[in-house]
Amino acid sequence: MRFARLVWVVTVKDLRAELRTKEAINASLGFALVILILFSFAFERSIEGVREISGGLLWIVFAFAGTLILNRSFARELPNDCLDALIAAPIPGSALFLGKAFANFVLVLAVELVSLPIFGIFYNVQWTQQLPELMLVLLLGTWGLTVIGTIFSALTVNIRLREVMLPMLTYPIMVPALLGAMQLTSALVAGTPIGPDTSSWLKMLIGFDLIYTAVSLVLVETVLVG
Amino acid sequence: MNAVAVDGVWKFYGDFPALRNIRLEAPEGGCLALIGRNGAGKTTLLRTIAGFSRPGKGRIEIFGKEPRDIQARRRMGYIGHGISVYDELSALENLTLYGKLYSLPDPHRAALEWLERTGLARVAHGLVREFSRGMRQRLAVARAFLHEPSVLLLDEPFTALDDRAIAVLQSLLRDGLAQGKTIVMSTHQLREALELATHVALLNRGQVAFLGPCTPEMVSDPGYVYARYGEGG
Repeated sequence: MRFARLVWVVTVKDLRAELRTKEAINASLGFALVILILFSFAFERSIEGVREISGGLLWIVFAFAGTLILNRSFARELPNDCLDALIAAPIPGSALFLGKAFANFVLVLAVELVSLPIFGIFYNVQWTQQLPELMLVLLLGTWGLTVIGTIFSALTVNIRLREVMLPMLTYPIMVPALLGAMQLTSALVAGTPIGPDTSSWLKMLIGFDLIYTAVSLVLVETVLVG
Repeated sequence: MNAVAVDGVWKFYGDFPALRNIRLEAPEGGCLALIGRNGAGKTTLLRTIAGFSRPGKGRIEIFGKEPRDIQARRRMGYIGHGISVYDELSALENLTLYGKLYSLPDPHRAALEWLERTGLARVAHGLVREFSRGMRQRLAVARAFLHEPSVLLLDEPFTALDDRAIAVLQSLLRDGLAQGKTIVMSTHQLREALELATHVALLNRGQVAFLGPCTPEMVSDPGYVYARYGEGG
C-alpha cells in the first residue's frame, strides 16, 4: 500500500511539473505531427499502401516522439540537484522508477492518442475498425517503450550527450516491442482482428513488457546509486 | 552510540582514490565539522555517507544501518550544493511532496509549519522559480528539516546564504543539537561551523589529517587547525 502511494506521489509530481512547463509534451507532439504530415506527402496514399505501412510509420513516429519525453524523465531532476533529494528519500528505487515510468506512459500515450486521428485524416484511413484491440496494442507497445526509455533515462542522466545516447541505446533494445506493435497495428488498421496469425506478436509484446519491467525494477537501485 | 560511523572507506574515481581509508565517527548529538581545502574529499565523503554512491572499500553506518537502508534514510536529512526543490512547483507543493515521500502523517500541515518557521508562509503558493535566491535557500533548509531527521548531512551549508538564511540555519542547527540531533557538515566557513562543532575532522587529499574535539583555540582562531595539522603545518 505504501509502495503504491509512493509510486503515485512520484507520478503526480512528474505530471504536474511537465504540465506546468509543457517542455517535453509540446516538443514531442509537435515532432509527431510534423513527421506524420510530412510523410503523408512523401508516400503514395493508396488504401492498400497506407495499410501496409501504417504500423511501421506510426510506431516509428511514436518511438521518436516518445524519446523526447523519455529524455526529460530523469533530466528533469538535474536542475537544483533534485535527484539527490529523491535518492536520499526513504523510497525504494523501484517505486521511483515505476512512478516515473507511469508519468512517461501517460505523456507518451497522450501524444499517440492525438497523433492517431491526425494520421487517419492525412492518410485517409479508417483506423477505428478494431479500436479496442488497437488500444490494447497501443497500451502494451507504449509500456514497452516507456519502461526501456525510463531505465535508460536514469542510466544516461549524468552523461553530457544524453539526448544522443538515449535513442542510440534504447532503439536496438526496443526492436522486439516495436516489431510486434508494428505488425499488430498494421493488421488492426487494415480491419483484421488479432487471430492465430498475429497472436504470437501479441504474446511477444506482453512477454517483452513483463521481462523488461522486471529487469528494470531489479536494476534501478544499481543504476541510481552504483 | 555513534550516529555516523565511517570505517576504512575508500572511494575511487577510475584509478584515482578520492577517499583513502577514512575512519571517523560522529557521536549522537554531536556536530562534526569536516574541513579541508578544495578537492580534499569533503563532498565525496558526505555524498558517500548519504548513500548517493557506494564506497569502493570499507563500511559506513548510520545508527548501525547501511546508508541505503530505508530506516537509515528516514533518519537522515541532506543539504547539498543544490537546493533540491522543483522550480515548477510552489513552495507548499515542494514541501508537501517531500512530506509524502517521507510518509509523514500530515505532510500538508508539516509543510505549512516549516514554511512558517523559515519565514516563507506568505509565499507558500508562489512558484519556486519566482523566488529570490535567499528564499530558495530557506526553502531548501525547510526541505531538509521537514521530516525531523536525527542526522543532518550538510555540504557547505552556509555558502552563498544571505544573512537571514544564515541566521535561520544557525538557529535551526542549534535547536537541533539541543534536541540531540547529530550534524555532519563540510564547510569552508570555519567561523560559523566551529561555533557549532563539537568535533573537527581535517581532510587532506582524501585522508583524515586530524580528528578530534573542537577546542577553544580552534574557535578563536579558525586557521589553527590548518596551521597545525594541514599541509605545511
